Amino acid sequence: MKLELRGITKRFGDFTANDRIDLLVEPGTVHALLGENGAGKSTLMNVLFGLYDADEGEVLLDDAPVVFAGPGDAMNAGIGMVHQHFMLVHPFTVAENVMLGHEDVRGPAKLLDLDAARAKVREISDRFNFNVDPDAVIEDLPVGAQQRVEIIKALSRDASILILDEPTAVLTPQETDELLGIVKDLSAAGTSVVLITHKLREVQAVADTITVIRRGKVVGSAEPTASQEELASLMVGRAVSMLVDKAPAEPGATMLTVEGLTVVDEAEIVQLDGVSFEVRAGEILAIAGVQGNGQTELTEALIGVVNADAGRAVLDGEVITGKSIKDVLHSGIGFVPEDRTEDGIVATMTIANNLILDVHDKEPYAKGLALQPKVIADEARKHVEQFDVRATSIEQTAGSLSGGNQQKVVLARELSRPLKLLIASNPTRGLDVGSIEFVHKRIVAERDAGAAVIIVSAELDEVVALADRIAVMYHGRIVGIVPPETDRDTLGLMMAGAHQEEVA
Amino acid sequence: MSEQGQTTEAAPEEEAPQESRSRQVLREIAESSSMVVFMAIVASMLIGGVLIIFADEAVRDSAGYFFSRPSDTFSAIGDALGSAYSAMFNGAVLNLEAESFAATIKPFTQTLTMATPLIFAGLGLGLGFRAGLFNIGAQGQILMGATVGGYIGFAWDLPVGLHLLLAVLGCALGGALWGFIPGVLKAKRGAHEVIVTIMLNYVALYLVAWLLSLDAFQREGSDNPISPVVAETAQYPKILGVQFNLHLGFVVALLCAAGVWWLMERSTLGFRLRAVGANPSAARTAGMSIGAATIITMVIAGALAGLAGSAPVLGTQKFLTDSVAGSLGFDAITVALLGRSRPLGIVLAAILFGGLQASGPSLQVNAGLPVDIVVVIQALIVLFIAAPPLVRAMFRLPAPAHEKEVAA
Repeated sequence: MKLELRGITKRFGDFTANDRIDLLVEPGTVHALLGENGAGKSTLMNVLFGLYDADEGEVLLDDAPVVFAGPGDAMNAGIGMVHQHFMLVHPFTVAENVMLGHEDVRGPAKLLDLDAARAKVREISDRFNFNVDPDAVIEDLPVGAQQRVEIIKALSRDASILILDEPTAVLTPQETDELLGIVKDLSAAGTSVVLITHKLREVQAVADTITVIRRGKVVGSAEPTASQEELASLMVGRAVSMLVDKAPAEPGATMLTVEGLTVVDEAEIVQLDGVSFEVRAGEILAIAGVQGNGQTELTEALIGVVNADAGRAVLDGEVITGKSIKDVLHSGIGFVPEDRTEDGIVATMTIANNLILDVHDKEPYAKGLALQPKVIADEARKHVEQFDVRATSIEQTAGSLSGGNQQKVVLARELSRPLKLLIASNPTRGLDVGSIEFVHKRIVAERDAGAAVIIVSAELDEVVALADRIAVMYHGRIVGIVPPETDRDTLGLMMAGAHQEEVA
Repeated sequence: MSEQGQTTEAAPEEEAPQESRSRQVLREIAESSSMVVFMAIVASMLIGGVLIIFADEAVRDSAGYFFSRPSDTFSAIGDALGSAYSAMFNGAVLNLEAESFAATIKPFTQTLTMATPLIFAGLGLGLGFRAGLFNIGAQGQILMGATVGGYIGFAWDLPVGLHLLLAVLGCALGGALWGFIPGVLKAKRGAHEVIVTIMLNYVALYLVAWLLSLDAFQREGSDNPISPVVAETAQYPKILGVQFNLHLGFVVALLCAAGVWWLMERSTLGFRLRAVGANPSAARTAGMSIGAATIITMVIAGALAGLAGSAPVLGTQKFLTDSVAGSLGFDAITVALLGRSRPLGIVLAAILFGGLQASGPSLQVNAGLPVDIVVVIQALIVLFIAAPPLVRAMFRLPAPAHEKEVAA
């Protein structure tokens, strides 16, 4: 079946998540939808699947326009989706999950026909070598097998187009290879596959066609023969002007030294692999890289949100690894987390309260056990004005602010302490242009005031605009630290894992 | 999407934060508007009225010949409702038929007496709710508080003043211990507080039953599981004279309410507890310790529930039995929910419930209705509070902004 999306536009309030997106998936091909998190891939697929209504544009199946009121319609039309988070009933068996919602019944008493479901699972499993036992209970299966159950579920409903949303996010490297093999087999058998991902290797391994989405727009398409650096630069943006008005850095003494920092996650996967670098006072070190290459773990290990399994970080002569988050923050680190709604603000508390989350028990906000409401309110008013937070009152809840204003609250809080080091993770994600400019200005001002700054950003434009030095991460390692004048092709190559020396 | 556009920028791609079901319920309760609470009470009273009509004998008799003389049925309904509600008023607020002033105001003092333990325990539970903990263990905490405080009361011999003070502190200590256990288990090992506190209720119940079989706890010359009467030096003095049951415990409860308000709204500790309750991961990222907040919350909540045990053991009943807590621990959950976990709300809700309970005997004697009507009305209130959309639909109240957004 041929799938075509024409001019799909989806807005949330005044934010455009999908901007006139065109997409053509030929029968029996693997079409990769490539883009950073937040680029609008999932929104697009949710529109296709009938979960969101598009504001403009149309969906065509075999050249005939269709309208899906919900996932049920989409499935009946032959579109199957495997979500990033599986939709399986854990205490049920594979066969039970596969029949769920489409239960076969037999006899006048309409008893469940589990045998039919088992046979179906066995048939599909054998056809594609899935090696899935229909009577296995879901919660006993490894993640990779659970994903295959999801695929069986879709195929059992005669899906001729299969959408896989970030399918490898939860898989081990071996499971990933298995999945990619399955994808090839499926397309060979005539099923079209839409693969949503931000991982370049997977795209190159299986895709027939590649469409790259950035900030809600299709920014280009590529053949699978395109090099990784071409893809990377398409994904993170071309050299558009994102100018930040800043004087040359005047680096002082070394402020932060990181030595062999290593983080192994619960699944025993090495997320951060012996990372070492230094940041000096008065300079901005930007960490570039395709998302998911250890950047998050690096910032979290520095702050103490996750424990380092090896290595250490020294801030101004003081070892900070192994300290509590509180002690780390109070030793002079400001932290702007990646996910501001989850980690940055308490949505139900007031702006004034959010501004003192990490200093609420310090003078002058508190005397002993007692908070000082007047001081808190006065300071809040000052910060709201300084950071241009658009709010009607400091007693407004932080959750009622727009994303940009929430981020300003976080910045106002983190920058209102004397800092030796500022760590900001994707500080402008999801912000409008005005807010981005403001945030960048404050970050540069902090550098000029003598703090060391680490910026993690998935946006190459941002990295280049802010950085005094750029560290590129790949697979949990720093592949090289280069000056900001480095050309983008080189950066693209490094993001794809090439070492600095190899590039040069 | 709401007018403020609160999630316009971040929402589309990001997965909505996975909020656990219990936390979501807690948040909804804490944010339910006072209008909904008030309307829930009104709705319960209305449905209670229907039950009263059906429970009334005169109504049922006259309904038998409804079609020949419908007016009889209607007047019987009027009489039933009139006598029921006036019996409730006379039993819980002011007895207008009484001869003396003291007898007139006695029902209200009785209401406050009944409200006293509910204030204490409701404060403890409300504190937990706001810190994100679903503490179902007030019952056990009350029992342990009553046990420790009661033992100090009847077994020790101390001077006036000091004895009462130590007995009251003993109550708090007993409850605090029973709150500390689930707190530390959750903080260190992730044990779910709902399960642990429910189980500890049973442990407390049978522990007290066993203690009451020991010589040290049993009343002299009795084989019943009943303790000696608490020494007069350890009893709460009656604050309005001997003809009223209202005791000093009520004043202590009000002081605790003020204290909890200060703690939650004006202290650094309360700030932490609120932040942890509302968004633990942001609280953690800001350097707060979730484990410490959990333990501290459970200890304070337990201490307050333990103080609830002081009301019967040092105030009204004055000795220890294994039924000393009655159903206080569970009524207190309702009180905390009804009071939206805020101290002032809890005091008012406790007085409402105290009133409902105080009106029971009068309802039976003066209106000939079963006391259970009161329990049903209490249950209905809970039911309506737990389903704000139902109340809003009944009274056509507008939905709050944040729910609209979820629906959109």
